[in-house]
Amino acid sequence: MDDLITYGPNLAEGFLNNVKLSLVAAVASLILGTILVAMRVSPTPVLRAAGTVYVNVVRNTPLTLVLAFSALGLSDQLGLVFSETPRTNSFWIVAMGLSAYTAAFVCEALRAGINTVPLGQAEAARAIGLTFMQSLRMIILPQAFRTVVAPLGSVMIAMIKNTTVATAGGFVADSAAEMKEAFDTTGASIPIFLGIVVGFMVLTMPIGFFTGWLSRRLAVAR
Amino acid sequence: MTENGDATPLVRLENVNKHFGSLHVLKDINLTVSRGEVLVVIGPSGGGKSTLCRTINRLETISDGQIIFDGKVLPAEGKALARLRSEVGMVFQSFNLFAHKTIRQNVTLGPIKVRGTAKDAADKRAMELLERVGIAAQADKYPAQLSGGQQQRVAIARALAMEPKMILFDEPTSALDPEMVQEVLDVMIGLARDGMTMMVVTHEMGFARRAANRVVFMADGQIVEENTPDEFFTNAQTDRARDFLSKILTH
Repeated sequence: MDDLITYGPNLAEGFLNNVKLSLVAAVASLILGTILVAMRVSPTPVLRAAGTVYVNVVRNTPLTLVLAFSALGLSDQLGLVFSETPRTNSFWIVAMGLSAYTAAFVCEALRAGINTVPLGQAEAARAIGLTFMQSLRMIILPQAFRTVVAPLGSVMIAMIKNTTVATAGGFVADSAAEMKEAFDTTGASIPIFLGIVVGFMVLTMPIGFFTGWLSRRLAVAR
Repeated sequence: MTENGDATPLVRLENVNKHFGSLHVLKDINLTVSRGEVLVVIGPSGGGKSTLCRTINRLETISDGQIIFDGKVLPAEGKALARLRSEVGMVFQSFNLFAHKTIRQNVTLGPIKVRGTAKDAADKRAMELLERVGIAAQADKYPAQLSGGQQQRVAIARALAMEPKMILFDEPTSALDPEMVQEVLDVMIGLARDGMTMMVVTHEMGFARRAANRVVFMADGQIVEENTPDEFFTNAQTDRARDFLSKILTH
């Protein structure tokens, strides 16, 4: 218990970084995932192919490699720099990599949702003169989104837990990194383990409950 | 027939063919629909009636031939196609009301988003149309809360809200419980009387007799016979049509 108190402030600061990464990645991955799914269902073959390649490559690559590539490939080799401060820079590198990775899962969840929307909805949208983008935005995606709120919640929960591998992208200030540092100094400590577990559960469990409740509330009656 | 008495047909199909893989579903279709005309398409299932109906707003593409709507060849895609579709109403067998929108929103969506009508004006017009089809009291409900007959009447109001030059009806009563068929047909008969140009794929022979100007009998992807309703039902010219009629008019 003493360990938890000693390292508490560091761990809390690290955990706050997990929260910040999660917030950025949640917003960015939902936006990017929506763009990707629009590409995957678009009538333009080139866009469809690009979306498919992206999803299949990124979704099947281990996150640690995606983050390492973001840090070593994009940042070090190609000179993508978000900030002069190394810690801020690595934060954004990791946030970007995590968003890019999570977006592939968001895309696939949304695509599953689109498949539940009856074809007639799209036909009716086209029949009143909506363009493809309009019918996607106003008719198809809103209904698709409602059916996949719960799976999207799972994607978000996975993403939040994935912030603990931020070290792979060179960001060494999240709770897992702080934990490792504490263990390296004083040896493994059960209270620290449990403290971090509780921290994540406090973050993720409400998301599960909330999205479950929301999906029942938003369900589209047919 | 219409206020401007324009004699050119609103729709002209010229040598239209459509293939689904090895299936030849529309065979050399030549057909015109005049302004203000009510054309009823009947025939056995799988004969290409629905496909024919759906080619006119290009929900189905065609393999060759051409379709001319209001003097212009149907656009292939993009904005021009969307514009054409906004001028051709469509009523589906399965209603296809937007499930996540209220009845009122279903009717106003097209005018607001496609025509750029102000929301107030679109709402007002929607209520008039819902009044006309007898659903005004349900304007704030969702489609799933309405009966099939009510939903189909809303679908007609949705089509009317776009002030279309024509409405396509693709088996509008086939998915309805029998007691709801008449309420939808009544609305359609009202439209026909008001001079709306209509193409109606249906099995409702009563509607064809009462409201149609012309009946087209389709089988095996071909137009087998075209006639006035009276002539068609009492004195069909082809064996295929007589055979079909003998099977459905059994009493």
